[in-house]
Amino acid sequence: MRYEAVVIGVSAGGIEALKVILPALPAAFPLPVAIVQHRNRRSDGFLASYLDHISAIAVREAEDKEPLLPGHAYLAPAGYHLLVEAGPSFSLSNEGHVNYSCPSVDVLFESAADVFGASLIGIVLTGANADGARGLKDIKDKGGIAIVQNPESAQAPAMPQAALAATRADFVAGLEQIAPLLVRLSSVNFREAYGTNG
Amino acid sequence: MKNGLQNPRAGYEAPAGVTHGKDAEQAEIYTLLSGIEQRYGYDFTHYSPASLKRRLERALAQTGLTRFTDLLARLLRDEACFDAFLETMSVTVTEMFRDPAFYRAVREHVVPVLRTYPFVKIWHAGCATGEEVYSMALLLHEEAFLDRVRIYATDFNKHSLDTAAEGVYSARQMAAYEANYREAGGKGDFSEYYSPGYGRAKIKDFLKERTTFSYHNLVTDGVFGEMNLICCRNVLIYFDKTLQDSVLYKFSESLRHGGFLCLGNKESLNFTAVKPLFAAVDKKERIYRKCGAPYAV
Repeated sequence: MRYEAVVIGVSAGGIEALKVILPALPAAFPLPVAIVQHRNRRSDGFLASYLDHISAIAVREAEDKEPLLPGHAYLAPAGYHLLVEAGPSFSLSNEGHVNYSCPSVDVLFESAADVFGASLIGIVLTGANADGARGLKDIKDKGGIAIVQNPESAQAPAMPQAALAATRADFVAGLEQIAPLLVRLSSVNFREAYGTNG
Repeated sequence: MKNGLQNPRAGYEAPAGVTHGKDAEQAEIYTLLSGIEQRYGYDFTHYSPASLKRRLERALAQTGLTRFTDLLARLLRDEACFDAFLETMSVTVTEMFRDPAFYRAVREHVVPVLRTYPFVKIWHAGCATGEEVYSMALLLHEEAFLDRVRIYATDFNKHSLDTAAEGVYSARQMAAYEANYREAGGKGDFSEYYSPGYGRAKIKDFLKERTTFSYHNLVTDGVFGEMNLICCRNVLIYFDKTLQDSVLYKFSESLRHGGFLCLGNKESLNFTAVKPLFAAVDKKERIYRKCGAPYAV
């Protein structure tokens, strides 16, 4: 069984973190990447077009009912929750804040875990709150892979710390290690290769 | 299946490859939804499954029950409980001049066309508590042809409709909406449009006179005829593709030739079957115009 998708949750310090990870993924990266970056409700599409400009993979804001394609990274639009539906495709919602956030990392992670089960890779990066902890546990409980940025290397350690407190991560990694790790995971199943259950 | 319109149950078919645990939960949700449809006529089976599931879980938590089948048993017998359930199921997040740039685009692209008509009919579908309806009425007033307009504002949430028809909002909210109004190209003094009192703000009657609020369920009710503009913002995101297509066909049928369709900021016709029937007027602000192409499906 191969992994089918990557989901990333990131808050304070996120732009710097995404600037390290996304440009380090090759154009032929075979998985779709869905990202929740907490930001102001009024932010426009600048972040997506900037990241697209500096990355080999295509980066854009997700639209409602858009299918997830390999080699594409999708950012949750400001002010909307981003959810994964069977297909797989995205849906959006703005029914209020979850963990004081809209978009919320937990909403993306839990919906993606429902669709992808054990073939999902979840990543929690720098941030100053606890969003994503419950979602990462859900991914892990359904057999997926949990990666957490090393809190010591994070600009804001609270979010990775909360994730580590909620579930046992498969990998705790520095920012620079994450893209190479994803490339490796995209071609081999971690649990099958190493016979580990986390 | 490509054309889900033929299969009214496509939205809750189990996706390929799901595990048995997942099947049980989906079966429970499906049982709940069909029971509700049988008893009350509300059909949620074609809502977007992921966000629907979150709202159902919230509704379940509010009753203190743990299983969807127990929730169904209660809902079938307890109409007050169903009322509360319906509140949870309908998303009422809204504000006046939400997405100000959209209203600027309406002034720029839509108003110059509509003002040439002797009479204008507007359908605001999924109007929630009415803030965006009054925003449109206010804009048309400033553009000096509200007296030639009739706005039909509809929703399936009767409590929201009551609030909308009353047009009373908190004064604190109005202060926040004033910034939106300015950014949306407001031409007057925002405080002239409501009467303040006791921490509340009541929308003035001249903005209400041209508006009719009425019950309409986009899922089960039919077309509204001969519209010049349909505004349906941040409603379709809660529907799956099958239901989106069916509602969009309803809109297309309800619009006059050349009529405008306004969607939410992150909604588009890109992934829908009606795309060939419309031309984009403002891609960024999601304003479309019915172009009368032959039905493609």
